[in-house]
Amino acid sequence: MIGDGINRTEGPRKVAGQVPYSAERRDAGDPLHGFVRGAAIGSGRITEIDTTAAEAAPGVRLVLTHRNAPPQGDLADLGGLHDAKPELVDDRIVRYGQPVALVVADSFEQARAAAMLIEVSYDREPADFDFFAHAGGGEVQDVSAVGDFEQAFAEAPVSIDATYTTPYHFGHPMEPNAAIADWRDGHLTVYLTAQMLNQLLDGLALTLMLDKADITIDSAYVGGGFGSKIGLHCEAVLASLATRILERPVKLAMTRRQMFSLVGHRAASQSRIRLGATADGRLTALGHDAHVQTTIRDDWREPVANVARALYAAPNRLTRRSHVELDVGAPEPVRGPGELPGLMVFESAVDELAEKLGMDPVELRLRNDTQIDPEKNRPLNGRRLADCLREGAERFGWDDRPIVPASRRDGDWLIGYGVASSIRSHWQMATDVRVRIDPAGLVTVQSDMTDLGTGTYTIMAQVAASALNVPVEQVQVELGRTDHPKGWGSGGSWGSGNMSVATDRACSAVREKVFAAAGKGFNDIFAEVRRHFPNGVEAIGHTIGANDDPNYKAYSQFTYGASFAEVGVDAYTGEVRLRRMLGVFSFGRVLNAKTARSQLLGGMIWGVSAALHEGGDVDPRYGHWVNGDLAEYLIPTHADIPAIDAIVLDDFDEHANHMGVKGIGELGAGGTGGSVANAVYNATGVRVRDFPITLGRLLPGLIARG
Amino acid sequence: MKAFSYDRAGSVNEALQLAARPDAKFIAGGTNLLDLMKLGIEAPVHLVDINRLGLDTIEPTAEGGLRIGALVRNADLAADMRIRRDYAVLARALVSGASGQLRNKATTAGNLLQRTRCPYFYNTDMPCNKRRPGSGCAAIGGLSHNLGVLGISDACIATHPSDMAVALRVLDATVEIAGARGAARTVPMADFHRLPGETPHLETALREGEMIVAVTLPPPMGGTQIYRKVRERASYAFATVSVALVAREGRIERVAFGGLAPKPWRVDANGSAGEVADAALAGARPTPDNGYKLDLARRTLAAALADAVRLEAGR
Ligand SMILES: Cc1cc2nc3c(=O)[nH]c(=O)nc-3n(C[C@H](O)[C@H](O)[C@H](O)COP(=O)(O)OP(=O)(O)OC[C@H]3O[C@@H](n4cnc5c(N)ncnc54)[C@H](O)[C@@H]3O)c2cc1C
Ligand code: SF4
Repeated sequence: MIGDGINRTEGPRKVAGQVPYSAERRDAGDPLHGFVRGAAIGSGRITEIDTTAAEAAPGVRLVLTHRNAPPQGDLADLGGLHDAKPELVDDRIVRYGQPVALVVADSFEQARAAAMLIEVSYDREPADFDFFAHAGGGEVQDVSAVGDFEQAFAEAPVSIDATYTTPYHFGHPMEPNAAIADWRDGHLTVYLTAQMLNQLLDGLALTLMLDKADITIDSAYVGGGFGSKIGLHCEAVLASLATRILERPVKLAMTRRQMFSLVGHRAASQSRIRLGATADGRLTALGHDAHVQTTIRDDWREPVANVARALYAAPNRLTRRSHVELDVGAPEPVRGPGELPGLMVFESAVDELAEKLGMDPVELRLRNDTQIDPEKNRPLNGRRLADCLREGAERFGWDDRPIVPASRRDGDWLIGYGVASSIRSHWQMATDVRVRIDPAGLVTVQSDMTDLGTGTYTIMAQVAASALNVPVEQVQVELGRTDHPKGWGSGGSWGSGNMSVATDRACSAVREKVFAAAGKGFNDIFAEVRRHFPNGVEAIGHTIGANDDPNYKAYSQFTYGASFAEVGVDAYTGEVRLRRMLGVFSFGRVLNAKTARSQLLGGMIWGVSAALHEGGDVDPRYGHWVNGDLAEYLIPTHADIPAIDAIVLDDFDEHANHMGVKGIGELGAGGTGGSVANAVYNATGVRVRDFPITLGRLLPGLIARG
Repeated sequence: MKAFSYDRAGSVNEALQLAARPDAKFIAGGTNLLDLMKLGIEAPVHLVDINRLGLDTIEPTAEGGLRIGALVRNADLAADMRIRRDYAVLARALVSGASGQLRNKATTAGNLLQRTRCPYFYNTDMPCNKRRPGSGCAAIGGLSHNLGVLGISDACIATHPSDMAVALRVLDATVEIAGARGAARTVPMADFHRLPGETPHLETALREGEMIVAVTLPPPMGGTQIYRKVRERASYAFATVSVALVAREGRIERVAFGGLAPKPWRVDANGSAGEVADAALAGARPTPDNGYKLDLARRTLAAALADAVRLEAGR
């Protein structure tokens, strides 16, 4: 039962439109509608704000600005994800699009029309918006050093030293960020589309200066996350402020364009990668210096340089990060934080080294494989990178690759193959799950976990059904409320690991109670519950955080993959088209073959997107997102993604946890972008080191090669 | 979005009368206008719906061409057998644009009148001479990788985004216009879109209150007709560079470029692809971001010609 590719249990209701997402919830009745007016400048002060016309506009109930917003908690209260995030605090503008006013009206159109009537004057202040004008520099942090990198690099018989850049990325899901806040009888309920409820509850309580017990966040159905719903954003805060003033439910949904400035982004990065090797391809020196964007106020620093720390063996290693504080808004974790940009560039550099060594890029990776974490000196459990590479090479037909770049053509198409490795850290977070059995024949599993559309409802039902030996249909999974047992939600690829372990433990604890009461073994748990527990029986299952788990000290926990891509590049125009792609992955045990495959394929498409399409552009003069909508911020269309396939090396990682499960949410993207970039090089002989690989970047190289 | 009145016109005359009010606008498919209204870029006081005027047929003309009603949907036009057979460049241009859903709504007139996709035009916080005459141009000195290189001015460097218009230009179509005062007039495609000069907000030959009623194609010109659109992804993106080409026996007969200028950029030159491209690109003024478009235009023309040669060889 565990592992079966059953359909998502809520799937039929979703496609029938019967599942309400946050903005559609009507539990509190019809809400009023909010609209945010964003700042028109990137840095400075509001000198005047005139809301007279907006207040007089039809249907308007409330206009909030920094002049009349209620007092809120202080930004610096806790740090990071649990921070207070006060809005409309003062006249300071720290980023373009920052909310300067909230209008609440009877309809969305009225609120939006009134918001446009607000007259705001600003005093611009000098600001720094241009990441690419800052080449490196800044305080060096997060240094990991082994041996003497500089000397080994200097002495290496073969070496490469290359600098790459990756742009800003956005993790925009199908369902935009939205909240409905309802204040009644001294209790606040927020229907919020969110990933991790317990941190959001901390942040919201601090912001609103309310007791956590006086707030419930309800996030029953979520239409995608990708990091955009981890942090606390203005929709939750402003809707909550407004409902407390108006004592009516207030809905605040972001438009797609607003999401570009009201939700965070993945930081742009620059990476200098230095690799030294012996002539037979053994790495002697491995160095990655990453430089990323941050702001003065926020401390999320994209861990771009961390990706190679356990990827390949090399006796001398140096990986570290610096950052520059800009006025472009706070970066946030976006799916594959660190890994997506980091592996894309690192695996490009490995390809450059293979080229210089005259070696098969698969062989180079195999030669530097390791079973021991080269920086922490402990076993890498479930390390099957080599299996992924070999299996992938075999299935993809890697042997048939064009060995010499720009040597194969199909009509006007230049054909190239590329490969890259993937690695993703596996985490475990303290998690509680409640399992209850009712005599009527129903198992209820409860947690504050969220299902982002990834299949969490389904896999939890599968785990419980198999632990209790009951049909999946008799398990009801209830997620996404802060008054359920607490965990760490969806993010960090830890959801399925945490949930399956805690759910299984809760089931075992319930079984033990039933066993103790029955005094003997049993087949039908419902019959025993009817006999001994007329009011039902329940138990909590628990996992501890990785930091408290000896397993995470004894082993370095990762998941692995290898990606193979074939691209065609139009010899005239430089248009790049993916022709086929294969990913092979190893992450312990599969909980549901179908939902797992969907996660992997989706991740792989992210990789293609990062290599060829995506990039947020900031205007260096104004600090706004120039391509801040989905017409201009390109992601792949169906026509860009031909048949792609993901293969899983099904397994059971006994060192991860007793369920043998590790996470997969982010592994799919991993190094996929690198395999596409390497295929472009193999097709053309042109190495583009600034991502994405656009026409304007590839064409000059193509022309130069003739 | 500002409040507006909405009227559904029953006849061309009624539509013209309704549109004679100040700040009135026609709405056809609405695929461009409604987006712009939501963003506060267009703020008509009166909307005149022209979808029920019956201007949705494609009729043969006495001269042997076709008269395309203003309200013929892009999808229907692209699927019409006469268009596919005799004006293949138009059918190809149409299907390269937007998406299936949009083409089902988008109309012939609306497509010609769609406004630029300059990203600074789309952001009402930015200066833009086209949106707010005299406010300046944020795109100049900004990020301009997909903006114009030809026909631009110091006031505006935007391009016209239509694919269909490039094909119509190469086919020498004419635009039939009706106005409340005076008789109907026709404007050749060559003169329909204006260059920005000092007045980028004036985009076409259409005068206040006038309506496009049809677009007329001259008799079929034959030849091998190619529309080659280059963009940053395989579908659903505006052209970086496009080429509408009519070739005969491996030689360029007529060509117009899209993605380079504020209007379809037709060049009447003979010779090799290189020579024709040289003539087309003479006087180009690229920004630091979009110089690649010159090389791309040359190579796209060469690619289109190669496509034509292959097609001819296959016949
Ligand atoms: C996401 C997206 C992608 C797109 N991609 C492409 C692309 O790749 N290539 C491309 O060419 N186009 C593309 N388009 C643009 C699309 O082709 C146009 O939006 C469409 O053709 C406009 O036609 P409509 O009938 O909807 O016009 P409307 O939005 O109804 O009107 C547009 C303008 O024309 C005026 N108007 C309409 N009819 C008349 C008339 N008969 N007389 C006078 N004035 C009139 C209106 O007042 C308005 O100002 C895209 C659009 C979108 C939204
Ligand atoms: S290029 Fe034209 S449309 Fe774009 S900002 Fe400048 S004036 Fe406006």
